[in-house]
Amino acid sequence: MTPIRAPAAGWNRWLALVPYGFLAPFLLGFAAFWVWPILYSLYLSFADWTGGVTTWVGTRNYERLVTDPIFRQALRNTLLILGLQVPLMITLALLLALALNSTMLRLRALYRFGFFAPLVVGTVSYAAIFRLIFNDQFGILNAGLRVAGLDPVAWLFTPGPAQAVIIIGLTWRWTGYNAIILLAGLQTISRDLYEASAIDGATGWRQTWHITLPLLRPAILFCVVLSVIGTMQLFTEPAILTAGGPANATLTLGLYLYRRAFQSADFGYASAIAYAVALITIVFSLIQFRLFQGARN
Amino acid sequence: MARQRLVQGFLLHLALTAGVALFTLPLLWMVIAATLPDSELFAYPPRIVPGEWFGRNLEALQRTVGFSRVLLNSVSIAVIYTAASVFLCTMGGYAFAKYRFRGREVLFLGIVATLTIPTYVTLLPQFILITRLGLIDTYWAVVLPTVANALGIFLMRQNMHVVPDDLIESARIDGAGEFQIFWSVALPILRPALAALGIILFLFQWNDYLWPLIVLRSQEAFTVPVALGRLVGLTRVAYGGIMVGTVIATAPFLIVFLFLQRYFVAGITGGAVKQ
Repeated sequence: MTPIRAPAAGWNRWLALVPYGFLAPFLLGFAAFWVWPILYSLYLSFADWTGGVTTWVGTRNYERLVTDPIFRQALRNTLLILGLQVPLMITLALLLALALNSTMLRLRALYRFGFFAPLVVGTVSYAAIFRLIFNDQFGILNAGLRVAGLDPVAWLFTPGPAQAVIIIGLTWRWTGYNAIILLAGLQTISRDLYEASAIDGATGWRQTWHITLPLLRPAILFCVVLSVIGTMQLFTEPAILTAGGPANATLTLGLYLYRRAFQSADFGYASAIAYAVALITIVFSLIQFRLFQGARN
Repeated sequence: MARQRLVQGFLLHLALTAGVALFTLPLLWMVIAATLPDSELFAYPPRIVPGEWFGRNLEALQRTVGFSRVLLNSVSIAVIYTAASVFLCTMGGYAFAKYRFRGREVLFLGIVATLTIPTYVTLLPQFILITRLGLIDTYWAVVLPTVANALGIFLMRQNMHVVPDDLIESARIDGAGEFQIFWSVALPILRPALAALGIILFLFQWNDYLWPLIVLRSQEAFTVPVALGRLVGLTRVAYGGIMVGTVIATAPFLIVFLFLQRYFVAGITGGAVKQ
């Protein structure tokens, strides 16, 4: 017979300490590399950091932010990309998820893989590929335009088209990812709901509008919030595709922050930029939550 | 009615096929471009049949950035990071899910709340910290900052319900130590969740550009994205070599997609959809 060990008082005390033991490594890393940086960054944003000496300067960095034309341009560019790309991508992802969920579909796994394929390459890789494709002299896209009898476009050297390339790239890359999330959401919706509404005479699009979309709202919200957060910090695509050009037309907040922090070593000001971006992002997230929750009946 | 469905079905498949073609075309071009010399890459009309220059482009890549070393760096960093982070986050998730202690919910909420703060806020201080610790150009510079991440501990706590409390209790009664219970009882049951988290973390680290760019200064220390990014920024861009690099860099993703797709999908939908 295995002896049953009755817990002694000392053992209970030991048991109370055990979770802290499990958490200790995580908390150590978390405190050192997340909590402290978040707080120190806030402090830095109110300071001037020159030659390793930090001096408190109050709101001077933030005042500079508001009047900085390059920051305003970066903000405009980022919001433009955000405003065009996120709705476009979410709509496409939704249509794609609905199509992939269709009962009429054969070879679903094959299609799913095809639309997921853009995620196979890393961000730097796909930016490099797109830079090659959209090259104005020997890029394959312009070659295709010429073959079709159209004028080639100086994609990466004209402001509008350059922004379009970034939007196209982001959409190409992330539509499949969001479609998978939305598809998972679709698959949790019970088919009984559709059958019940079909008895009431509702078909196809009406069903989609009144049943599917409202039930899919949490998943859509999730995708939108993540996309906004990601786009607000966009760095790699503009850095590799266009280097922020032409003439800062594709300079995003993320790229500007990087330049101020790690090329100009303007630590105080860069921290202010970071916090300003964080603030805007959080406000956006709150607005999105409100919009999606408020419309719920 | 049946006729209408047939037409709809045909249009659906047509649209989807066109979509798939559009989405995979750039990747196809990437593979072809990796096999062409730069002279043919820039030719007009464009050559769209694969060539035989893969080997030579690879050699050029090795010559310009020491690609084999770069690849080794990426693999090592990703493996170390994934193992360490999964371990830390699983232990933490286990603690939050299976024990009661003072301040448990407040602490958890605080950790998860940091997910709302954009990561850019932490870049500069992390850089300052890494520099002061003298870790620039080391693997640890890339691994340490995100090894304890809020997403990981959140997902792991979510998944802990698959480990039955009675199982833990009976193991305790049998005299097993707490860590032994974690290691021998909980971890085996958690294997799918560990795989899902591991895949997400591995792919994130493999693919990360901004942070390695900041902390890796010398070429021998570069990871694949940093090395490729460097090449794209040169005045004379050797696209053939870059494309070879991108093709090789897709290897982990391909493995995941072909063999581990179920875990990957479970990972990324874990936060969005209630299971």
